[in-house]
Amino acid sequence: MATTVENMAAREWKPADYASDQDVRWCPGCGDYAILAQAKKALAAAGVEPDRITWVSGIGCSSRFPYYVSTYGIHGIHGRAPAIATGLKIARPDITVWVATGDGDGLSIGGNHFMHAMRRNADIKIVLFNNRIYGLTKGQISPTSEKGKRTVSTPYGSVEPPIHPVSAALGCGATFVARTVDMNVKHLGEVLERAARHKGTAFVEIYQNCNIFNDGAFKYASDKAERDEHTLVLEQGKPMLFGVDKKKGIRMTANMQPEIVTLGENGVTVADVVVHDERADNPGIAFMLSQMAYPDFPEPIGVFRAVELPTYESLLEEQIAAVRAKKGPGDLAQLLRGNDTWEVA
Amino acid sequence: MAVAQPTKPVETVETVAIRFVGDSGDGMQITGSQFTTSSALGGNDLATLPDFPAEIRAPAGTLYGVSGFQINFSSTDIYTPGDTLQALVAMNPAALKINLGDLETGGILIVNSDAFVPSNLKLAGYAENPLEDGSLHQYRLFTIPMTTLTREAVAKLELKTKDADRCKNMFALGLVSWLYDRPVEPTLEWFQEKWGKTDPKVAEANTLAFKAGYFFGETAEAFPAQYRVEKAKLAPGVYRKVRGNEATALGMIAAAARAGKPLFYGSYPITPASDILHELSRHKNFDVKTFQAEDEIAAMCAAIGAAYGGAFAATGTSGPGMALKTEAIGLAVMLELPMVIVNVQRGGPSTGLPTKTEQADLLQAVWGRNGECPVAVIAAQSPPDCFMAAYEAFQIAVKYMTPVILLTDGYLGNGAEPWRIPNVEDLPPIEVRHATDPATFQPYLRDEKLARPWAIPGTPGLAHRIGGLEKKDVTGEVCYDPANHQLMCELRARKVAGIVESLPEQTVMGPDSGELLVVSWGGTYGAVRTAVERAQRRGLSVAHAHLRYLNPFPRNLGTLLRSYKKILVPELNLGQLKMVLRAHYLVDAHGYGKIQGRPFTVAEVFAAIEKMIAESRL
Ligand code: SF4
Repeated sequence: MATTVENMAAREWKPADYASDQDVRWCPGCGDYAILAQAKKALAAAGVEPDRITWVSGIGCSSRFPYYVSTYGIHGIHGRAPAIATGLKIARPDITVWVATGDGDGLSIGGNHFMHAMRRNADIKIVLFNNRIYGLTKGQISPTSEKGKRTVSTPYGSVEPPIHPVSAALGCGATFVARTVDMNVKHLGEVLERAARHKGTAFVEIYQNCNIFNDGAFKYASDKAERDEHTLVLEQGKPMLFGVDKKKGIRMTANMQPEIVTLGENGVTVADVVVHDERADNPGIAFMLSQMAYPDFPEPIGVFRAVELPTYESLLEEQIAAVRAKKGPGDLAQLLRGNDTWEVA
Repeated sequence: MAVAQPTKPVETVETVAIRFVGDSGDGMQITGSQFTTSSALGGNDLATLPDFPAEIRAPAGTLYGVSGFQINFSSTDIYTPGDTLQALVAMNPAALKINLGDLETGGILIVNSDAFVPSNLKLAGYAENPLEDGSLHQYRLFTIPMTTLTREAVAKLELKTKDADRCKNMFALGLVSWLYDRPVEPTLEWFQEKWGKTDPKVAEANTLAFKAGYFFGETAEAFPAQYRVEKAKLAPGVYRKVRGNEATALGMIAAAARAGKPLFYGSYPITPASDILHELSRHKNFDVKTFQAEDEIAAMCAAIGAAYGGAFAATGTSGPGMALKTEAIGLAVMLELPMVIVNVQRGGPSTGLPTKTEQADLLQAVWGRNGECPVAVIAAQSPPDCFMAAYEAFQIAVKYMTPVILLTDGYLGNGAEPWRIPNVEDLPPIEVRHATDPATFQPYLRDEKLARPWAIPGTPGLAHRIGGLEKKDVTGEVCYDPANHQLMCELRARKVAGIVESLPEQTVMGPDSGELLVVSWGGTYGAVRTAVERAQRRGLSVAHAHLRYLNPFPRNLGTLLRSYKKILVPELNLGQLKMVLRAHYLVDAHGYGKIQGRPFTVAEVFAAIEKMIAESRL
């Protein structure tokens, strides 16, 4: 199957082209399956051939992802996938780089790399499977676990408040930040495709059900009967309405706090409801949205922020081109000689 | 600058070791470094030893804030910065106090008398002013009010006193340049280069101070004579001075350029390795990409990513940073990707002595990872040798698809020596082959050297997944099979051991067999070699083997070790190479360890040799 670059580029890509020959070893019923399926669709839709993509991961259930796609891949070490991905992207700007990570991998042991990946804006897509638990190590709390959670490592309940991944990404200056839910496959597919098309670091948090160690953690957001009440689907330029009949909305109070209002009650109209703008220069509203949490608020899903800024690697390439233009391509003999030489006859 | 005909007699000497010492804010490093440049351009062989505190600007006048720069320059071959000093330039009492012990009796002692005020004397712990109490009578003492003379010299520029006083190091440099008959043009040009455009007034002030110092030497009656060190008879060629870290950077650029590959260097700032990052960052026009990572781990991981992508990838650090990179080095071993990891060793453990030198990371380099995790290790022996060592590290890395650890140290990294610049065409070619054929490609199908193919993303039909989990022989699929794990561990070990096929045999300086073999490695080369030569001149049966390849060892090393009655291993640690040699060859190697943050003196090693021989004759 000696495929050439030309005929590959001309091809239409199908999700099946991104499937590897490996047996998928996640637990039956795990949310990761839906993510894998939708990711393959998104890659096909974005039209990048498998041989020009590299998936990089760390350690954890989510990090087995690279084995299950037919692209190039590195299954790295715990937490370090963004750093490996950054080195690859700097060396090879022509390669499409994706990272699969989890809440423990990305935000606990890999927190530092996460933060700097967000601020640098290299063209890397980072998908964080948030199941609010450590799966592969059998059920300890993760940095996104709720306070009070009882697990093997917290038999009397966790005393730690969780981190909000979207808040963290926004706080570090990410140019594309989104959230979606494994069970909401249509939404999941759309968000991944948007991430694929973003130029710069794209961060996607996926609420992922670990049916073994934290089953139903996101039931409020994924269950068809509940999700309309408990999630707020963000749409560019649209008022932030939610609920089965889209009668509820988010309004800002006089002291700039979000509150839930109901259309038609107390004279509230749709004009009172905040309109979503993912392209706002200031990420303040996006951050506010990221802090809204169940059960007090519906949790927003969709694209919180999507702004275009030059990527790390493009700035670096420009700088190299500028230095080359000024100094010329390097002359090795000249470099070794340096400025001050003397000769011994 | 009109340099007058020598009006004073000129005395020729063979070798001079001089040290400039002062506060960490006194500019001693720059003074010493500029003196080195003019000595190098004057054609001397030389070696330097910068020695500075970890604090950037430690409180003025304190003992712990003293910064020094030593240079040994000679008309013959030298390999060390010198044991004892022929001259000492001390800018304040604390600097005098700490360094005086290294000045030979009858040595030249030049002090800035303006700094010998009660407050400074007290900080240095002097009850009496040593310039006045006769305690320095065994030296040739020159007390010169350098601050006052510098202020006078720059008076016409109407600088702030603080700025005027900053130039006093250049007064000292001017004076010493006269004393040792150094060429002045390089220094005058350097002022223009450094400040001519950005701050002409500073260039002017330093020029005035430098000239004032020079003329002071020429005219002041205190100095009866000038000293001259003739040009050294070095091998023919074009020379420059080079610091080890600079040479390491150049070696990496040269390797990548010779292979026609881009160079990627990921690094996190750490003393004393940061200069490699600085140097490489200046050369972006050479297809060099530098990445200042968020931490040591990221720097190592980014190098892994870049290597997977097909770049010549490297990272550099020092001991504590090496500790942080450990897990990722293990990943690089599993992925079997080529890359170079430089450890510019410093005093440890933990933060240790950040600005001081040591060789205590050998065991860490060879063994310091979880699992059976073999890595090739080589060590540079002098500042210029860092060039070829870095070059060779890449040769080995790409030939065998393995990470290679290059050990240098603070002394090598910061120290400078003359370097005979190699011809680019003479550098050995580095051949890189990337896999391209989907019909035959298997990620872990090995060649005759046991190296796996290097297939890079974007190659049609070669998409493959690799990772830190144990993998199946040939296919690289995740595999937990017990027998396969043993096979893979053995294959990785055999591959690294097999590098020996590409290494030259170990040579010795001295007899092929005899009473004593002195075995050293890394930055102690100069001191050990000089000590062995001295012992040989005294008729002792001693040979010297300096190891460059530490994993694997050269194939003849075992035979060689067994050809001598005794083995002495001097190293700047508590016996690490000694331990490895014993374990490897079952030989009775004896250690001589020094762990004081400073290089060996020749005298120390010589004494150890004498003692060893005396004991063996008992
Ligand atoms: S442990 Fe949980 S997250 Fe991991 S594969 Fe099983 S269900 Fe999925």
